Amino acid sequence: MIIASNITKHFGKLTALDQVSVSFNRGTCVALIGPNGSGKTTLIKTILGMVIPDSGFLTFNDQNILRSWQYREKIGYMPQIGRYPEHMTIGQLFAMMKDIRNQQSLVADETLVHEFGLHQQLNKRLGTLSGGTRQKVSACLSFMFQPDVLILDEPTAGLDPVSADILKQKIDAVKAQGKLVIITSHVLSELDDLVTHVAYMQDGKLLHHLSTEEWHEQTGEERLSRAMTHLLQKRAYV
Amino acid sequence: MFKLLKYVLADILRNRVLIAYTILLLLLSSTLLLLDDNPAKAMLSLLNLVLFVLPLVCLMFATIYLYNSSEFIELLVSQPVKRKKIWMSLYWGISVALSCAFLVGVALPMILFGMFNMTGITLIVSGTFLTWVFVGLSLLTGVWVRDKARGIGTAILLWLYFALLFDGLVLFALFQLSDYPIEKAMVVVSMFNPVDLSRIQVLLHLDESAMMGYTGAVFRDFLGTTSGTIVAWIAMLVWIWWPIYLAGRRFVRKDL
Repeated sequence: MIIASNITKHFGKLTALDQVSVSFNRGTCVALIGPNGSGKTTLIKTILGMVIPDSGFLTFNDQNILRSWQYREKIGYMPQIGRYPEHMTIGQLFAMMKDIRNQQSLVADETLVHEFGLHQQLNKRLGTLSGGTRQKVSACLSFMFQPDVLILDEPTAGLDPVSADILKQKIDAVKAQGKLVIITSHVLSELDDLVTHVAYMQDGKLLHHLSTEEWHEQTGEERLSRAMTHLLQKRAYV
Repeated sequence: MFKLLKYVLADILRNRVLIAYTILLLLLSSTLLLLDDNPAKAMLSLLNLVLFVLPLVCLMFATIYLYNSSEFIELLVSQPVKRKKIWMSLYWGISVALSCAFLVGVALPMILFGMFNMTGITLIVSGTFLTWVFVGLSLLTGVWVRDKARGIGTAILLWLYFALLFDGLVLFALFQLSDYPIEKAMVVVSMFNPVDLSRIQVLLHLDESAMMGYTGAVFRDFLGTTSGTIVAWIAMLVWIWWPIYLAGRRFVRKDL
């Protein structure tokens, strides 16, 4: 569904992405993991067209995304730090996004809004929201337009356990519908029961892209966090 | 396009700075027009005020607004919206809001005090154009300079250059090169400053030759009132076009 070929991106002297080639397919849930500054967010932003690669290309449903924008109708994106116009209220933001996306054929999916209890806070200004509530708003927006692809950058960071669980159930439900979900997270334990594939990045390179079974086979560890530590240590000794 | 523009406008029109700017212009222009019994002199004072205050406010407001709406831009860029549309909506949103402030603050008192003649219209139109020019220049700085403090600093420098330094430099060159026939060159040089262009534009209608300054006098001598006006308008349109064109090209390729 999403195919990246030899994506390279420099920010000044820093190489944020180094010849990354990867393909993400329908019906999978990919965990994009790696240390801080390994290029996870840059890769995500490249997929969204927010960062334009120096070389290489990306296709979405076999169409090059360069200079194209319609394909983003099929993506729901939850940023790491959701930043929204401060004067707007939550309700106005939702209304604006619906208006801008203008996808009349589809009924907005507001289950998350209700499950998070945001429907009672629609008059709150976005500038006054706590980090957690902001995350909830981002989550609602990313699921609202029933996209085929969900890209979630650190979705549960800052969420309380109950809300994190609601979100996880939602991700599970979406995964069951055969959609593609890409998640980055540092809390590896919570990814264990969600993901079907693991992509591991370091220093802008994509080092591993395996299904969870292969991943367990190679490392001999059941849990994702253990497996990752295992891999990291192995690399350190080589 | 209009959908986004609607949201940008709705956001800006609630801004207190914009309201303060409108009131400031309103107060200043009504006092000037009320106190001076010579309409031409009142118009001149108003002209100088507009040429001095307007670029500063436009540059500052637009630059700060652009940096403050980085969230809004980031949000939209990840949505199925063309980047060019986002950019033009921002530009026209800011431009329309600031021109409205200018129209209410300057044009309204002029109509009320019966100064709505050719000179008045010229002042209003060139003030509006000047607003668009400086909004364009601010967006250009905003898209090139990532850091907010440095961006605002650059905007202030731009204002210093166009409002003060440029004339100083022209005068300096004039004295240095006074032995040569540089009048024609001066006409060309004045095109490099939209503030000068507006001043000449209004003064061509005022018949206050003594107040026209060097470039203004040369302008009329060489081009006459009509063709001078046309040339100045065209130069002004070029000034509106190029900053926003360059800024738009850069924005489309920018990493966010």
